[in-house]
Amino acid sequence: MSAVIDDHGHAGADHAHGPAKGLMRWVLTTNHKDIGTMYLWFSFCAFLLGGSFAMVIRAELFQPGLQIVQPEFFNQMTTMHGLVMVFGAVMPAFVGLANWMIPLMIGAPDMALPRMNNFSFWLLPAAFLLLVSTLFMPGGGPNFGWTFYAPLSTTYAPESVTFFIFAIHLMGISSIMGAINVIATILNLRAPGMTLMKMPLFVWTWLITAFLLIAVMPVLAGVVTMMLMDIHFGTSFFSAAGGGDPVLFQHVFWFFGHPEVYIMILPAFGAVSSIIPAFSRKPLFGYTSMVYATGAIAFLSFIVWAHHMFVVGIPVVGELFFMYATMLIAVPTGVKVFNWVSTMWQGSLTFETPMLFAVAFVILFTIGGFSGLMLAIAPADFQYHDTYFVVAHFHYVLVPGAIFGIFASAYYWLPKWTGHMYDETLGKLHFWLSFIGMNMAFFPMHFVGLAGMPRRIPDYNLQFADFNMISSIGAFTFGATQIFFLFIVIKCIRGGKPAPAKPWDGADGLEWTIPSPAPYHTFVTPPEVK
Amino acid sequence: MSEQLATRTLIVRLMLLAVVMFVFGFALVPIYDVMCKAFGINGKTGGQYEGSQVSDPSRTVKVQFMSTNASDMVWDFYSKADQLDVHPGALNQMIFVARNPSNRPMTAQAIPSISPAEAAAYFHKTECFCFSQQVLQPGERIEMPVRFIVDRDLPKDVKHLTLAYTLFDITARQPPVAQVAGQASQGAR
Amino acid sequence: MMRHPHVWMGLLLWSVFGQAHAAWTVNMAPGATEVSNAVFDLHMTIFWICVIIGLVVFGAMFWSMIIHRRSTGQEPAHFHEHTWVEILWTVVPFLILVAMAIRATKTLIDIYDASESDLDVQVTGYQWKWHYKYLGQDVEFFSNLATPADQIHNKSPKDEHYLLEVDQPLVLPVDAKVRFLVTAADVIHSWWMPAFAVKRDAIPGFVNEAWTRVKKPGIYRGQCTELCGKDHGFMPIVVEVKSKPDFDAWLAERKAESAKLKELTSKEWTLQELVERGDKVYHTTCVACHQAEGQGLPPMFPALKGSKIATGPKEGHLSLVFHGKPGTAMAAFGKQLSEVDIAAVVTYERNAWGNNKGDMVTPKDVLALKQAESQ
Repeated sequence: MSAVIDDHGHAGADHAHGPAKGLMRWVLTTNHKDIGTMYLWFSFCAFLLGGSFAMVIRAELFQPGLQIVQPEFFNQMTTMHGLVMVFGAVMPAFVGLANWMIPLMIGAPDMALPRMNNFSFWLLPAAFLLLVSTLFMPGGGPNFGWTFYAPLSTTYAPESVTFFIFAIHLMGISSIMGAINVIATILNLRAPGMTLMKMPLFVWTWLITAFLLIAVMPVLAGVVTMMLMDIHFGTSFFSAAGGGDPVLFQHVFWFFGHPEVYIMILPAFGAVSSIIPAFSRKPLFGYTSMVYATGAIAFLSFIVWAHHMFVVGIPVVGELFFMYATMLIAVPTGVKVFNWVSTMWQGSLTFETPMLFAVAFVILFTIGGFSGLMLAIAPADFQYHDTYFVVAHFHYVLVPGAIFGIFASAYYWLPKWTGHMYDETLGKLHFWLSFIGMNMAFFPMHFVGLAGMPRRIPDYNLQFADFNMISSIGAFTFGATQIFFLFIVIKCIRGGKPAPAKPWDGADGLEWTIPSPAPYHTFVTPPEVK
Repeated sequence: MSEQLATRTLIVRLMLLAVVMFVFGFALVPIYDVMCKAFGINGKTGGQYEGSQVSDPSRTVKVQFMSTNASDMVWDFYSKADQLDVHPGALNQMIFVARNPSNRPMTAQAIPSISPAEAAAYFHKTECFCFSQQVLQPGERIEMPVRFIVDRDLPKDVKHLTLAYTLFDITARQPPVAQVAGQASQGAR
Repeated sequence: MMRHPHVWMGLLLWSVFGQAHAAWTVNMAPGATEVSNAVFDLHMTIFWICVIIGLVVFGAMFWSMIIHRRSTGQEPAHFHEHTWVEILWTVVPFLILVAMAIRATKTLIDIYDASESDLDVQVTGYQWKWHYKYLGQDVEFFSNLATPADQIHNKSPKDEHYLLEVDQPLVLPVDAKVRFLVTAADVIHSWWMPAFAVKRDAIPGFVNEAWTRVKKPGIYRGQCTELCGKDHGFMPIVVEVKSKPDFDAWLAERKAESAKLKELTSKEWTLQELVERGDKVYHTTCVACHQAEGQGLPPMFPALKGSKIATGPKEGHLSLVFHGKPGTAMAAFGKQLSEVDIAAVVTYERNAWGNNKGDMVTPKDVLALKQAESQ
């Protein structure tokens, strides 16, 4: 694909003005790049906050016995770690990337709904302020796990649960508005000639993700509303005493929850599908099958939710259905992995930081996929369920999956965002420390899980001690390394080798046809895509 | 202009989708109930059974009774026997006893559950204290009958089923004073 | 020192995988039941399938990462699709999954067949302990964490079964089909015994089924696996599997105890009744030393009339009768008399010969003391 070099960026600035000055630029901005930047910074702050909660958890688990925190606070930490990472770090990071890159990738001047874009961003800090403030309330913050199963989260919850519910509502509204914006942008603002099947996979995966968001975030809003009604208005959705059913909560929650985990991974699939071809200097293998595989994964995500509930006592027919459906997900996911490997096959590979993160993504995400396949086998899940094996599994798909995908994207597009090359040596160091720390933290969790350590416990038997200590050391390494990432990014913003319009010789796409840093306004006149 | 119109239509549709999904979240509640009744998920039993069946003396099924108090419930609550051998189709009775040892009037609700869950659809109660709430004065003791029929169509491999009641204190939600006159309002089940 | 890196490597490997570290368990245990063995086999099968697929995929990746580098002068190829390869790698994994699903289905159906059990146990989860009830046997008890708080707070060394020990384990017979009826009294818990491959959520208001048939006597340990609040990590499960005769003996003993408890609790003793009964007990058991009017035979046998103990706190009095006084003729009657008799005689002594305390020790008090002692 070759596009007309856009020179309207500067021309655009003449009639539409550059950024406003001072703080109000950020408060009132409707510019997709500003909003994208804010989302990314917000998510990084949340990542550090959620990470610091994880450090508390790992410090307590460093040795058997209770030493640093009490069980009550430990439970708040596990809960907040999960909530902040899912809703504060991973999701906003992908929304940030979408804001920045989707208009650039499809040749649109901005997002379709700029004012809504601003509003949906600013809801997030409000929601998180509300959420984090619960930690300082009497009775403490949410302590029922990020899955907040009733009745622990209703009848037995701390007072602050109401604030938690409102925070979830705000995040939900923000996500839904963001998703509507993405869909409207992709469907209506593509440059002439940019047909759906020419879109970069990042755009495709985000389109599908956005539909998933609109489909399931309202269900999450519904389930927390039911909780609110149970707590304050005397209904009994989830209380057995009034004729309700606690298991119903889990069904509704996981109807949201399973698509949610794909919401957190599909955009990473898309980004990696741009990065691997760029550094293999070879077109993506099986573009069409990638699109269909993404669609298949999204569809299957709606009919597998009860695999999170294999031990609640579902009738055997139900177990079999959900087991088969879950195993089926391995097929389209496998197709994706095979495609990435084939893309690399007989390429001309170089390993700059984005590629390192992308390759680690493929390998480690596949390992997470393997443990996911193991978990899908219902009888085996009777042993794995709610042990550290599960913790290992979802951290393998989320850390080297979602987070490494975000890092790869960040390094890949940083030159476009800042106009400078990041420091390659430091970037590689960041990668290797993250890689080692992450594996050291999460690989031993497979072992302790299989050996019988349940998740969400503040203290454990001595037989788990050695691996837990290794995990903690790995987690501290990984955590500290991310502060180093902050340093790399700031260094890159403040200076560095000027980046050309297209810093990666194998890269492809409209975003590389505009200068670096990307002008405040781009593609005011749509480019022509052949 | 037409592009703006298209965008607006799209937004309206997407917002509608979000609203529909929100409603769907709530619709899952009745859908789940229907699924539970149909497939016996969670061992939920139906309401009062109006029919009657002819006993099948060639088959015997062991029915076990379990009574559990929710953790904050102070009543004594037990069945007069631990189990009964019954013939499918026949009408049987078991007496449960409840006593309020506290010094205040209290309201309770018993929640039934059947195990194995797939047998739930074949367990019919013609009379059950779980259909209504129970109000007991301090020190009061009552005997509460459950009359039930095990369906003749009960799958052949089920030879043994358990009827479990959990007794919840719902005094806070249903103050007993209001209940004394009408005794029992129709419960959820 | 560093001239022999492979030696260090070997040492490291040895320290990781060597026998010395029995605690470094890296895999699931096959367990003690047919079902747990089947689950273990499934686990290993799917694990090896993953390993083989992983070797192929990662092998290809590393091959390409090593051979197809630009630094080796590699010119990129231009292919970007290949229909039959794509079909193949959709169909082959699918077939592998079908084969896997068939095996898993068999095991699952087995796990769900809880019919025709020999023993039924109701398992109820509480915040934060388990309650076991042998249905139809009149035996029930709570099972609490037995690890002392000092160990948890690092004030004393942790023992081998730290956090995996309880005051009263669930006792089961070997080679018998045991059905568990799992429920909860407050929030959701989950009863997990890894060695049996039994894990079932305990849901308030609902009852769930599971079953096991243990092949080998022994002590098995597990934990609650559903977050249930503050002390979720402190409600272990211990199952002691005994041979059939041992189990029967144990059950008979527990039944007798519970029958006794029932007898004692079913009757509300009055002061008058206890004193009357105590009068008889005193005059058969105690009178020889302490004499008919409680005056005793000092200095060998102290008087009870007006004595510090018989008119002091009843706990001290009960304890002395129960435990006796070592080095004297005063025996430990806790082992000799029934709860009712001890309660009666202590009550009698506190209310005879002008000792008119007016209080009483009930059989339940004695039983409580006995239970506290036996732990």
